[in-house]
Amino acid sequence: MSATVSPLREPLIDGDKSYHDITVDLVRSTEESPGKLWWACFLISIHVLLFGVFCILWTIWHGIGVWDLNRTIGWGWDITNFVWWIGIGHAGTLISAILLLFRQKWRTGVNRAAEAMTIFAVMCAGLFPVIHMGRVWLAIFIFPYPNTRGSLWPNFNSPLLWDVFAISTYLTVSVLFWYTGLVPDFATIRDRATGLRKRVYSFLSFGWTGSAKHWQRWEALSLVLAGLATPLVLSVHTIVSFDFATSVIPGWHTTIFPPYFVAGAVFSGFAMVLTLMLITRKVLNLQEYITIGHIESMNKVILVTGTIVGVAYLTELFIAWYSGYIYEQFAFFNRALGPYYWSYFGMMFCNVLSPQVFWFEKCRRSLWWTFFMSIFINIGMWFERFVIIATTLARDYLPSSWSYYVPTWVEIGIYVGTFGLFFTLFLLFTRVAPVVAIAEVKSILKSAGSQFLRPNTEHHEQVMGDYKKAVDQGKEYVTDHHAHAEHH
Amino acid sequence: MGKLNKDIIFGLYDDETDLLSAVESANHDHMDIYDVYSPFPVHGLDPILGLEESRIHIAGFIYGALGTLTAFLGMTWIFTKDWPIIFGGKPYWSVPAFIPITFELTVLFAAVGMTVTFYIINGQGPGASNPILHDRISDDKFCIAFDTHSVDEGSAKSFFEKTGATLIDKKHI
Repeated sequence: MSATVSPLREPLIDGDKSYHDITVDLVRSTEESPGKLWWACFLISIHVLLFGVFCILWTIWHGIGVWDLNRTIGWGWDITNFVWWIGIGHAGTLISAILLLFRQKWRTGVNRAAEAMTIFAVMCAGLFPVIHMGRVWLAIFIFPYPNTRGSLWPNFNSPLLWDVFAISTYLTVSVLFWYTGLVPDFATIRDRATGLRKRVYSFLSFGWTGSAKHWQRWEALSLVLAGLATPLVLSVHTIVSFDFATSVIPGWHTTIFPPYFVAGAVFSGFAMVLTLMLITRKVLNLQEYITIGHIESMNKVILVTGTIVGVAYLTELFIAWYSGYIYEQFAFFNRALGPYYWSYFGMMFCNVLSPQVFWFEKCRRSLWWTFFMSIFINIGMWFERFVIIATTLARDYLPSSWSYYVPTWVEIGIYVGTFGLFFTLFLLFTRVAPVVAIAEVKSILKSAGSQFLRPNTEHHEQVMGDYKKAVDQGKEYVTDHHAHAEHH
Repeated sequence: MGKLNKDIIFGLYDDETDLLSAVESANHDHMDIYDVYSPFPVHGLDPILGLEESRIHIAGFIYGALGTLTAFLGMTWIFTKDWPIIFGGKPYWSVPAFIPITFELTVLFAAVGMTVTFYIINGQGPGASNPILHDRISDDKFCIAFDTHSVDEGSAKSFFEKTGATLIDKKHI
C-alpha cells in the first residue's frame, strides 16, 4: 500500500523497522528478566508503598485528627492530593481518546503507557476521599443500593456524590479501553511464548486470533469508546471542580472552574506522562518508538494548556476586582499576599512562567529541559490545588476562626505512599505488558516509518534546494514536472 | 470455542499489499475465503472481503439510552416517591442536579455493554481459546485461509503460489 506521506513530517518510528523488529523490540521488556535498576526501583517503591499503608492504618486507628486539620481548615493535603492525582489521570484518556478522534498518529507511541498511568493515578486519587471519610468501613454508604436503613439513599444533588459516579465511571471506562487495546498485544506475546507463560498470556489475550472481522469490530469499538471517553474525561474534572464551584466560599464559587480545572488536569497529566516516558524510553530502550518528535508534540500540548491555566489565574484576579465583592477580593488578596503567599508564587512560577520556555523549539526538543519542566509543572499543579483548598479555607468570613495549617508526618506519609503505589504498579506494568501499543505502531509504520518517509524527504529537500539555487541566481525555477509537461 | 472440525488450508504473506492483491484475485477467481488474519487492522480489506460495517455502535447507543433512563428515572423515583428529602430548599425533582450522574451512567452503561458485547460476539473472553493457524500471524504475517470443503486443496495451493504466499500449510481446527 502506498500511503500518502508528507515529506515534512518527521518519522514516528525510527531505525527502519520491519513489522517483526517492532514485535521483538516492544515485547522484549516482558520476555527478559528485569535488570538491577528495575529491581532497585521496585524495592524502593514497594517500601514507600508499605510506609503509606502504615500511615493509612495509623489514620484509621487514631482517626483523622492525626492530620492536624481543624475546624477552619477541614480540607488539607488529602483533598489537595486527591485533586492532584485525578488531574494527572487525565492525560491518558486525552491521548488515547481525543487524539484518536483527531487522528493524531503520534499518540500510538505513548497511549499505552499514558493509559496505564491514568488508571494508576485514578487509583491513588480514589484513596484520599475514602480515607478522609474517617470510618472507612462505611465507605459503601456512598453507593445507592437498597439498604436496611430505610432505604436511605445518598444525596444525588451533591457534587461529592457526582464525584463518586464520575470517578468510578472514569476508572471503569479507562480500564476497558486500555485492556481492549492490550488484548491483541497479549496475543502477540502468547504466540511467542511457551509453557506456563503461554498459558498465562492465552488467558490474558481472551483467545484473540486477528481475524479480519474481529479487527473491524475492534476498530469500531475503539472509536466509539474514544467518542464516549472524550466527554467523559472533560466531565470528570468538571465534576471535581463542582466540589468547589457549587459551594459558597469566596474564591471557590466561580464559573470559570470547570474549564480551568480541565486545562490544569491535562497540563499536569502530560507533565507526568513526560516524566515517566523520558525514564521509560531510556531504561527500556524505546527511543526509536518514542522519538523527540513525540516529546515535542507533548510539550506543545503543555504549552497550550499551561497558558490556558495562566489565563484562568489572571481572569480570576480580574473578576475578583471587577465584581466589586469584597469577600472575593479579599480571598484573592489573601492567596497572593496572605500567610500562604509562597504557595501562590510557587504556583505562578511553575505553571505560568516556566512553561513559556516551550515557545522555543530548542527547549521543546531537549530532554533535560523537558524533564525538569515536567517535574516543575507537577510541583506547580500541586501548589495550585493547595492554594485553592487550604489557603482559601485558612481565612474565611470570620476573622476569629482564622487559622494556619501544617500537615503532620502521617498526612505527608500517605501522600508519599501513593507515589509508592503508583510506581509499584507502573513498574509491574512494564514487565507484564508491552509499554508501547504493538499493533497500533505497526499500523502506522507505512505512513510514519523512517524508511518510508526518507525518499519523500530527500526529494523534497532536493526540490527546495534547486528552487533556492534558481532564485539565488535570478532564474525562473522550472520543476521536472513542468519541464516534462512542456516537452509534450 | 471447541473444535470446529474444519480442515483449513492457509497461506502466509509478508506484506499487507500482497494480502490485499491476493484477496482481490481470490474474489476474481470466485474462491470462497474462510477468513483473513493479520497482526493489525489492514485498511482497505473490509470492502474487498465483503464485510459489512460493524453494528456495535448501535448496541452502544441502546446500552447508553438504557443508562440514561436508569439514572434519570431511578433518581426521579427515589427523590419524588421513595424518600423525598428537601436539600437546601430545592424542589424534590431538581432536574439540573440529576444531569451529571445521568451523563456518567450513560457513558458507563454504553462502554461496559459494548465491550462485553464485543467479546461475546467475537467468541472471546477470559480463558477462551480459539484456534491459531500460525504463530507469526500476531507478529508480522498476513494470512488467507480456505475451508477445504468449499475450495479444494489443489486450487488453493496453486492460488497461494500464484499470489506470492511465502508459506502454505494445512491445519485441522
